[in-house]
Amino acid sequence: MKKTITKLAITSLLTGAIFMPAVNAADYVIDNKGAHASINFKIKHLGYSWLTGRFDKFGGKFSYDPANVSASKIEVNIDTSSINSNHAERDKHLKSDDFLDVSAFANAKFVSESVTEKADGRLAVTGVLTLHGVSKTITIDAQATGEGKDPWGGYRAGFSGTTNIALTDFAIKMNLGPASTHVQLDLYIEGIKQ
Amino acid sequence: MNNTQTNYGYVSIFFHWLSALSIFTLFGLGYYMVELTYYHEWYKTAPELHKSIGVLLFVIMVVRLVWRYKQVTPAHLTSHSTLERKAGKLIHSILYLLIFIIMISGYLISTADGRGIDVFALFIIPGFGSFIENQEDIAGLIHQWLAYLLITLSLLHAIAALKHHFIDKDKTLNRMIGKRQKN
Repeated sequence: MKKTITKLAITSLLTGAIFMPAVNAADYVIDNKGAHASINFKIKHLGYSWLTGRFDKFGGKFSYDPANVSASKIEVNIDTSSINSNHAERDKHLKSDDFLDVSAFANAKFVSESVTEKADGRLAVTGVLTLHGVSKTITIDAQATGEGKDPWGGYRAGFSGTTNIALTDFAIKMNLGPASTHVQLDLYIEGIKQ
Repeated sequence: MNNTQTNYGYVSIFFHWLSALSIFTLFGLGYYMVELTYYHEWYKTAPELHKSIGVLLFVIMVVRLVWRYKQVTPAHLTSHSTLERKAGKLIHSILYLLIFIIMISGYLISTADGRGIDVFALFIIPGFGSFIENQEDIAGLIHQWLAYLLITLSLLHAIAALKHHFIDKDKTLNRMIGKRQKN
C-alpha cells in the first residue's frame, strides 16, 4: 500500500514535470460573493491629500501555480457604474462623460498577458487594461499574500497589486490639476480554488 | 393683498415673480456650474448656491400653493377662448408639477449618500440616503431633462402672456404685473 502511494506520487511528480502548467496551475474565482477582494483607487486632491474610492462590483478569475508563476493568468471585469467614493454628488460626476462615461463604457477589463517573478519575489503582471473605451498595456506590481486551506473545506490564494495610470492615457478629459493627473489602482484579490 | 374676482392680489403677484426669478436663476446656475473647471472659483460655490436657492424655492412654492387654495382665483378674461382657457390651465398645472418633481429629484441627487443639504450654511435639510440603486444618476437625468422642459414651457407661458398683451391687447399680463382692471 505504502509502495503504491509512493509510486503514484513519483508518477504524478514526473507527469507533473512534463505537463506542469496545465496540470498544476489551479484555477481560482475571485471571491466577490464574500467580498474578500476589492478594487480601490486613490488620486491626489489638489496635491494636498489622497482621495480614495473603490469599485463595488467586479468579478474575475485567475490561474496560479507557485511552482510556475509565469504560467499564471488573471482576468478581471469591473462594472464602472459601481464606482464609489462615498459621496453621491461626486460619484454622479465620476460616472458622467467628464470622467468614466459609464452609460457608454459600462465595463472595464484587465486581461493579463504575462506574469514574471522578480528577484525580490514580487510579480510583474503585464496585460491590457480597457477603461473608458481605451485599451492600453499596463503593468501591475503584485505580490502573493498567502494561500492555503480555508476552514470550510475550500482552498484560497490571495494577492495584492498596485499600478499607476494617467487619466489622459485613457482619454478621461476632466482636468483635476497638475498634482492629480494620475490615479493609483490598488487591488486586493482573494480567489477560491475551483 | 388678497385676490379678487377680477384681480390678483399683491401676495399672489409677488409669489409668481419670485418663483420665476428663482427658477431662471436656478436654471442658469445649474447650466453654468456643471461646465465649470475644477479650479474655477465658482466650482464649489455655484452648486452650494444652487442647492440653497432650490430649498428656498421649495418653501416659496409650498406657501404659494397654500395661499392659492385659500384665495379666490380671479375669473378668466371673457376675451379668452375656451381653447386658451384649457391650454392655460393645463400648462399651469404642468408647470407646478414639473417644479416639484425637479426640486424633489434634485434633493434625491444630493442626499443619495445620506448627506444632508446645507442651506446657505444656516441649517441642514436631512438626507435619507438612496431608495433605488444608482439614485444619484437616475434622479440626475430626471432633474436635467425636466428642467429643460420646464424652461421651454415657461418660455411658452411667457410668449403666450406677451401675445395677449401686444396682439390681443387684453389684461392678461397687466393683471400679473399689478395693474388693476376695473369690473
